[in-house]
Amino acid sequence: MNAVLEIQGVSKRFGGVQALAACSFSVEEGSITSLIGPNGSGKTTLFNTVTGYVPPDEGEVRLRGEAIERLSPDRIYGRGLGRTFQQVRVFPRLTVLENVLVATSRSSLLHAALRRPRRSERDQAMALLEFVRIARLRDVPAGSLSFGQRKLLEIATILVGEPKVLLLDEPAGGINPTMTVQIGDRIRELNRRGITFLVVEHNMEFVMSMSDRVVVMARGKVIAEGAPGEVRENPKVLEAYLGA
Amino acid sequence: MKRPSTWLIAAVALLAALVYPFVFSSTEATTIGFFALLYVGLAASWNINGYTGYISLGHSAFFGIGAYTIALFATRLGLQGGYGLFAVALLGGLVAGVAALPLGFIALRVRTMHSFVIITIAYVMMLQLLAYNLESITNGPNGLGVPQPAWSGAFFNIPFYFAALVLAVGTVLLSAWIRGSRFGLGLMAIRDDEDKAAGVGVDTWKYKLTAYVISAIPIGIGGAVYAYFASYIYPQTVFDPTIDLGIVLSVFLGGTGTILGPIVGALIIQPAQQLLTLYTGNLGTAGWDLLLLGALFLVVILLMPSGIVPSLVERARRTSVREAVTKADETTPGAQTAVGGNGTS
Repeated sequence: MNAVLEIQGVSKRFGGVQALAACSFSVEEGSITSLIGPNGSGKTTLFNTVTGYVPPDEGEVRLRGEAIERLSPDRIYGRGLGRTFQQVRVFPRLTVLENVLVATSRSSLLHAALRRPRRSERDQAMALLEFVRIARLRDVPAGSLSFGQRKLLEIATILVGEPKVLLLDEPAGGINPTMTVQIGDRIRELNRRGITFLVVEHNMEFVMSMSDRVVVMARGKVIAEGAPGEVRENPKVLEAYLGA
Repeated sequence: MKRPSTWLIAAVALLAALVYPFVFSSTEATTIGFFALLYVGLAASWNINGYTGYISLGHSAFFGIGAYTIALFATRLGLQGGYGLFAVALLGGLVAGVAALPLGFIALRVRTMHSFVIITIAYVMMLQLLAYNLESITNGPNGLGVPQPAWSGAFFNIPFYFAALVLAVGTVLLSAWIRGSRFGLGLMAIRDDEDKAAGVGVDTWKYKLTAYVISAIPIGIGGAVYAYFASYIYPQTVFDPTIDLGIVLSVFLGGTGTILGPIVGALIIQPAQQLLTLYTGNLGTAGWDLLLLGALFLVVILLMPSGIVPSLVERARRTSVREAVTKADETTPGAQTAVGGNGTS
């Protein structure tokens, strides 16, 4: 197995807060890796640096061997790394179908200005909506979807760019158990099709059942990593969560 | 937009616009028609930038640039008035578009709406000051004349009316085209959530700048046509914040982000303003028109905050959407939300 995403010595300071302190770990190709840790341990900041929203102060991020830590979010997306947001983000006034069509998948601006979405793109978008099972809502403004439906829409949107790696920020947060099962099922199916996942999640049942590997962060650095069973037994992890 | 009824309405409206100056041929009527169509063009053009949700209160900068372009070009080259000058008006659009590149480059650096609005207002002020002070070029406060055509009497307005009609139709078509393109979809995605748009591959900076530049061009042409019509321009009449208010009011009244909105808004506001000026002008109190427009605007904001067109569309759509979402929730297992009705209302 080789690492598809490598994070090496990434640091980020916001004023007096050291959000990330020389954080290093890597994500194996084809795996579902979970990133856990107490609130404020730097998980979302790490997501933001990896996806280009927040430039790191120090350190390197490599996607399939290429340095990406200085690229803008749209470039990083273009290289096959997609993300979802903790507070689900859809385009509320666009329809569900339009939300998916926005994802441009590497077309130039001139190209975009000159043409309407092609039939094949609409078909692809509809196929993705079918995949997450919200196709019947295609013409509804995304702002009127339920929270769980928005999460599914967000995943469908990200998939347009045919990402190799997906970063999901709390996919099971704030939704009911049935929807959690449905989202977990879709993640596994995408993983079978070759997409690597890095998932931030607080729902431990979800983490333990889904992950190949678990990375634990506390105070901006990695304190433990390994198979779900190993991590669960690690005393450092318990300490970090219980605040001993 | 593709339904035949839409095309039928568009055809009827166009036909009405074509026969209007022959049915109502008085100078007053054709002047009102000219301004109404001019503002349809300006508002539709402004709205192209408006798709991004960035409100510019400074597009009269481009109106003024277009106006000064035609005045300078015609006087320096000693051109005669006539139909040929309408071609020079196109040059006004070109110069405005070129000027929009650096102006947009700076204004769009900011990410907060307030700063963007303030910067765009500053542009109008700056350009007005430049027009006042670069006397060797602009003739300062004495203004510049545009050579006048030999058309006389009631016919004088007719060519201007049709120039404004061409501008209006062309700009609306451009705006409609953009709205239906992937580019337009990207612009509206930026309006809804700029960071998220970047996250799905939209080059937000390039999209915003392109929209800004495109929206400056028809406004520059409009400024040039206006200058030709008015025959004389001054810094304060073309770099004029009330032009911006007229444009923005039209778009907001009709509805932002829609194709029809700016048309409806401009067709209500401009004739209203012209008629009010016409009939209250001899009461000795200027500004009646602005007062009544302000009141109208307040009523619309209170009753239809998103504008006339979206409010009417929304009213029709709301019921069907509610049905669709509820139905999908029932048939998709576990599709309900656990965190209390997020927006199905």
